[in-house]
Amino acid sequence: MSSQFAVEFDSTVYENKRRFPEEFAPIANSIRQDIVKALVLAGSGHSGGPLGSSDIFAVMYFGGYMRYDVNNWFGSSRDRFVLSAGHMAPVMYATIANTGAFPRSEMATLRKYNTRLQGHPGRDMGLPGVETSSGSLGQGISIAVGMAMSDKHLDKNDHRVFCLTGDGEIQEGSVWEAAMSASHFKLDNFCWIIDNNDCQIDGRVPEVMNVYPIKEKCEAFGFDVIECNGHSYTELMNAFDRFMANQQNGTGKPTAIIAKTYMGHGVSFMNDKFEWHGKPPSWEQAAVALQELNN
Amino acid sequence: MQEIQKLGMKPTRFGFGEGLVELGTRHDNVVVLGGDITGSVMTSLFKEKFPERFFSIGIAEQNATTIATGLALSGKIPFFASYGAFCALRNADQLRISVCYNEANVKIGGGHAGISVGPDGATHQVLEEVAFLRTLPHMTMIVPADFEEAKKATIAMGEMVGPAYIRFGRSPVPMFTTADSPFVLGKANQLTDGNDVAILTNGWMVWESIVAAQELAKRGIKARVINVHTVKPIDVEAIVTAARECGCIVTAEEHQVHGGLGGAVAEVVCKNSPVPMEFVGVKDSFGGSGEPEELMEKFGLTWKEIYASALVAMERRDKGSSGFRMVKDVAVYNG
Repeated sequence: MSSQFAVEFDSTVYENKRRFPEEFAPIANSIRQDIVKALVLAGSGHSGGPLGSSDIFAVMYFGGYMRYDVNNWFGSSRDRFVLSAGHMAPVMYATIANTGAFPRSEMATLRKYNTRLQGHPGRDMGLPGVETSSGSLGQGISIAVGMAMSDKHLDKNDHRVFCLTGDGEIQEGSVWEAAMSASHFKLDNFCWIIDNNDCQIDGRVPEVMNVYPIKEKCEAFGFDVIECNGHSYTELMNAFDRFMANQQNGTGKPTAIIAKTYMGHGVSFMNDKFEWHGKPPSWEQAAVALQELNN
Repeated sequence: MQEIQKLGMKPTRFGFGEGLVELGTRHDNVVVLGGDITGSVMTSLFKEKFPERFFSIGIAEQNATTIATGLALSGKIPFFASYGAFCALRNADQLRISVCYNEANVKIGGGHAGISVGPDGATHQVLEEVAFLRTLPHMTMIVPADFEEAKKATIAMGEMVGPAYIRFGRSPVPMFTTADSPFVLGKANQLTDGNDVAILTNGWMVWESIVAAQELAKRGIKARVINVHTVKPIDVEAIVTAARECGCIVTAEEHQVHGGLGGAVAEVVCKNSPVPMEFVGVKDSFGGSGEPEELMEKFGLTWKEIYASALVAMERRDKGSSGFRMVKDVAVYNG
């Protein structure tokens, strides 16, 4: 195709440390660029959720909230992240690549034959940082609860377990089974992030099946609930700080962060458009998107 | 033929419960998840002994299965037990994606399996799960025959690495194995010698098969009864040898005739050494209320069906196969 262009992945990697809010912008931008490049090369995949949640991932992985060893991810005592919304794999892969756990250039293999970057995460591929396979919605959060139970009640360590679900995903009933058990087992080491972009494949979430009010539901299920702007680094930091405080103070309450985001955020023509849930950009669109991200 | 003694009656679920306690004693990282019916599926024994390693999840089989996955991915050996109707099928997607695709070291105990649940009726009489579970990559699937075997199987599944499922029943069933009887996962046990017909079976139907073999012996027919306690991985060698040496096979199981042990054996036989086969099991129907023995009779799960099927299988073998005729009420292919 004449409009194809050479795709190159930057090799810069970022440290995981306490940061000032403005320091996250270049990291989130780097994640978004990798997502766009990987998706245009793949020719299929999900654009909207990954781009919309890139700011959350930047803060969670690079702000000192999650502890991991990029050189020995699975061999180390670590905090865990479970991507319950498996279709958002590109943002998790791009984020992990930006830690330096695997080369960012490997993003070019997304969804390709024999890749470690499966269309939906496959733990069997052994990609550093991928804790569990996911893709059938509603399951990752229960897995995360099991991990948090293991840390808090059996190994009795101070590890944290993070889990991100979509907002359409919480239509799955088993999500609420997991939520119920997180507070029943007093998992203050468990942080549930809901990527609240209000979009799912068929349309706006309240029209497909209304999940609101989410905040009150989570509160009723025993969570300390924080609503925040999922594109504000300051608000995201405050939310993760409160989760850390909950754990340190032994509140016995799990934390839920309802991060208000726009699907496709960062790329103007995708912003807040549910049509971008499950498709990749064309080469022309990718060129425009990358141009915007580079400005 | 050699005598196999009935050593009393006990439910296989007791073996599961005792096996769990033994595992808990041997391994600190064995944990158990309860699904509200801990007394029925005997996880209550573990709960009493190791309360700090027991977690009650309530009536939420999907959640329990995936929590077990999280525990397994954190280095624990979690057992979750409920009724097979709910912990093999209600949570089928969780077993497929979370447990098996992750190769998580999750162990499931499916109780109250088969028609012999009795009065509870069709909703609780799971007759389909063997067919589903044995198609899952990485899954090990065990159907023990009696108390001692259930105990050994439970310990063995806890000490192997990878997803495993054990199926056990509610009602007391004849005991005929002892603590010293051999048990190796994936290795079928030949119980009687004979080359006239092979009866491949598991669960309660093993005892019925032994009785059928004793009755056949009275007619001078020597039946080879093989206890195929592990449906996956299946003992290919034992099946192929039985097919070659006996020339016909009957399978007997407390499960739908489709897709369970009979299906697993047929796959091996067709590929390696095709011989006539007859299938004893529930014939594409749901169960119903009644006493276990009444139901086993009604649904054709006694030694009598195995006996009759053995005769049919032998006749088909001896006549060759070049046409259809009606045997019992089933169309079979023969000369």
